[in-house]
Amino acid sequence: MPTRCLPSALSALRLCLIAGLTFIVVVPLAQAGPAELEQGVELIQTNDYKAVEQGVALVAASGDPRARDLLAALQDSKLYLRKEDGQLFIGARGEAGYDLVDPLTETAAGTAAKRDLKPIRINNRLRSQLRTAVATLNLTHPDASVRLTAVNEMLDRVDADSLALLRDLAGEEKNAQVREGMTAAIALADLQAEEPARRIEALDQLEGNLHPAVQGGIQRLLSQEQDAEVRATGERLLEAIQFKRDLYGFAETLFFGLSLGSVLVLAAIGLAITFGVMGVINMAHGELIMLGAYTTYIVQQLMPGHIGLALFLAIPAAFVVSGAVGILIERGVIRFLYGRPLETLLATFGISLILQQLVRTLISPQNVPVANPDWMSGSWQINSVLSLTMNRMYIIAFCLIVFTALYLVMRKTQLGLQVRAVSQNRAMARAMGVRSARVDALTFGLGSGIAGVAGVALSQLTNVGPNLGQSYIIDSFMVVVFGGVGNLWGTLVAGMSLGVVNKILEPWAGAVLAKILVLVFIILFIQKRPRGLFPQKGRAAEG
Amino acid sequence: MRLGTLHLDRGGQIFLALLTLTTILVPILNLAVPADSPMHVSTFTVTLLGKYLTYALLAIAVDLVWGYLGILSLGHGAFFALGGYAMGMYLMRQIGDRGVYGNPELPDFMVFLNWQELPWFWHGFDMFWFAALMVMLVPGVLAFVFGWLTFRSRVTGVYLSIITQALTYALMLAFFRNEMGFGGNNGLTDFKDLLGFDLQSDVTRIGLFIASALAVAGGYLACRTIVTSKLGRVTVAIRDAESRTRFIGYRVERFKLWVFTFSAVLAGIAGALYVPQVGIINPGEFSPINSIEIVVWVAIGGRATLYGAVLGALLVNYGKTYLTGVMPDAWLFALGGLFVLVTLFLPYGIAGLLRRKETTA
Repeated sequence: MPTRCLPSALSALRLCLIAGLTFIVVVPLAQAGPAELEQGVELIQTNDYKAVEQGVALVAASGDPRARDLLAALQDSKLYLRKEDGQLFIGARGEAGYDLVDPLTETAAGTAAKRDLKPIRINNRLRSQLRTAVATLNLTHPDASVRLTAVNEMLDRVDADSLALLRDLAGEEKNAQVREGMTAAIALADLQAEEPARRIEALDQLEGNLHPAVQGGIQRLLSQEQDAEVRATGERLLEAIQFKRDLYGFAETLFFGLSLGSVLVLAAIGLAITFGVMGVINMAHGELIMLGAYTTYIVQQLMPGHIGLALFLAIPAAFVVSGAVGILIERGVIRFLYGRPLETLLATFGISLILQQLVRTLISPQNVPVANPDWMSGSWQINSVLSLTMNRMYIIAFCLIVFTALYLVMRKTQLGLQVRAVSQNRAMARAMGVRSARVDALTFGLGSGIAGVAGVALSQLTNVGPNLGQSYIIDSFMVVVFGGVGNLWGTLVAGMSLGVVNKILEPWAGAVLAKILVLVFIILFIQKRPRGLFPQKGRAAEG
Repeated sequence: MRLGTLHLDRGGQIFLALLTLTTILVPILNLAVPADSPMHVSTFTVTLLGKYLTYALLAIAVDLVWGYLGILSLGHGAFFALGGYAMGMYLMRQIGDRGVYGNPELPDFMVFLNWQELPWFWHGFDMFWFAALMVMLVPGVLAFVFGWLTFRSRVTGVYLSIITQALTYALMLAFFRNEMGFGGNNGLTDFKDLLGFDLQSDVTRIGLFIASALAVAGGYLACRTIVTSKLGRVTVAIRDAESRTRFIGYRVERFKLWVFTFSAVLAGIAGALYVPQVGIINPGEFSPINSIEIVVWVAIGGRATLYGAVLGALLVNYGKTYLTGVMPDAWLFALGGLFVLVTLFLPYGIAGLLRRKETTA
């Protein structure tokens, strides 16, 4: 029957449109060619609904590779007629008016102002015709990812026409994911079948598919299903789907929690050195993080056009900047205050105010824009329920790398050994020939430098402004105190678990209340175990 | 007894004398001296002085726990703000139907949020005596519960400081929430009158100024009484050697708990006097930086002297008003620099400087 549509006579075409558009497309693929496309384009140019309809049918039937972009442009109302010569163009909003592309030659054709262009109008009838036509072209597209998107989009609105098309295509489909999608679409349509056995078969086909459309389809089936066996199968399936969705939902919460935890750990890990190991309460820690973030901004400004490279260079740069400032603070102020923790707190708070104001005066009181490289955006789609965003994945990985590096420095290097010796027994370490003053300065520099590195990571996640540090200082102290002072592992575990708990609480308590609950929890936890999750044992703990 | 309290307290005597003088002079200069005379003290200045005095009372409260008990509280701003909120709630209820929406029962922000009736914790705040009670009770109970939990499990030193900071931070986040019923981000404002007196009138301002001065004097004398009594000796012993005091047989937690609670009540009263004078209370008062600033007043004035705390509060706040007016950028540099310099070179603050001169002379 579809072959009847092949003659290009307009009357026959009209008949054919009534019969159903998709049928035109499937079969003529082989025979049709550029001639149909050109003819169709001509009809579209008339900008008359009826004629455009016929033109669309012709273009869709042409099987020409140019057809998809053309129809998609028409669907998005991006097809224009140039007023001076009545020629057809695909127009995209550019810097100077509209950038034009000739749909037939697929070459750029300069720009035009909006007033020189006349859009091709479409009505609802055309819109639905275009939707089906574009979907069909997409389903036969050579690129598998285009086919996958197309099949997922049409999953729950398969009509008789597209069903036949899908049945034809599913057999030949090479890509497993696309084939799975097509099977699901067919099965979803089969749920409306007359015989209960076929409905059960369709349900079996849908088992394990987590697409929301599948869930919706089964729910719709159950709402009107009479047959007991179909009902039972459907209910079992729905339960399984719900279970899996919950499972993946939990995995997502866990992932969010771990990424938040990574931010906390990154912010706190420098503090775990300066506060945890040295016992110095550095209220300027947040500002050292802020300096790291600003270093990222400056490095990016110095090398425009190399956002990714600048980000990598910013890591050592931030370490050096924050580390140097840290050593300056230690040599200039803190070393006079050892053994007086409360005074240290006040003095470093003063330093934090000075640093904040310095940034406000020298750079800007407003937030500065820090660019994200392209590979930071996007996400990894595991299935239709669970997708992991790239920037969160990077932050988790980065946190673990920084942690490992710091751990190795503390455990495997001469400096780490001396730091631990001084923190455990300063007098004895000095007697053994450790230059404790130098170790103090270097340790403080190390912790500060790590804070700077954390700042590089945070610059990719939050606004970079003079107040950046303040928002992290309390969280950082909470993490270190919760984890147990003087214990890097404690900081890691504490940060991650606080992040996860926060994200688990968030859905039913709201973000702010979740944070409050976590704070209250820590306050109560400190009552029970004043020295944190992993307290230091032995004499060092008594100081 | 009052003589005994101030015996050997030269600083305190001078401070109270000056305070009395100011309290008598300022109202006269404001009300009796014509506005064009150079001796005239404007109502703006009176209110500013009143505000400083509430800060001074707050500083005394912090000095009591930090200077004499060794607890560096980074959360005293929370008690101050709670007292302020209790007073703010009373003032809100006094507005009555004069609000923008004209609802006789509900404050404007509740009407705006489409609330139908007053939340339970707002009941009673239309009566001054109840609000006045709450001004002391709410911070007191919070300090008591917090202290009871913390001191019992022997959380001390920097840990204590950090969790007091967490306390005020958590409260700040909570008060920012509209659902809490305290006006959220905007806080409570647009007050009309207090006990029937118009808050905008000069006489009410003078009255509030005198009340603040009396509160500071009362707070000073009460704290002075505590620190010169036997109780004060025990607190100093706790500050200097907590374990030893415990081993001698004192129930350290109880001493700490009561003094801490008393200090929180003082802070609450200061907050209650502060709010009608500045005309607003919002969650920003809970922010941890405010609490740290209080500690700096005490540090600059001189710990463990009480009058030093007053001196520090007045000087730093005058400097703040002056510098933020003349060159706003410099204020944070100055404040930050003060922190560093005072902790490095003036461990006993300005009071320590004065005292050293006295002994060398």
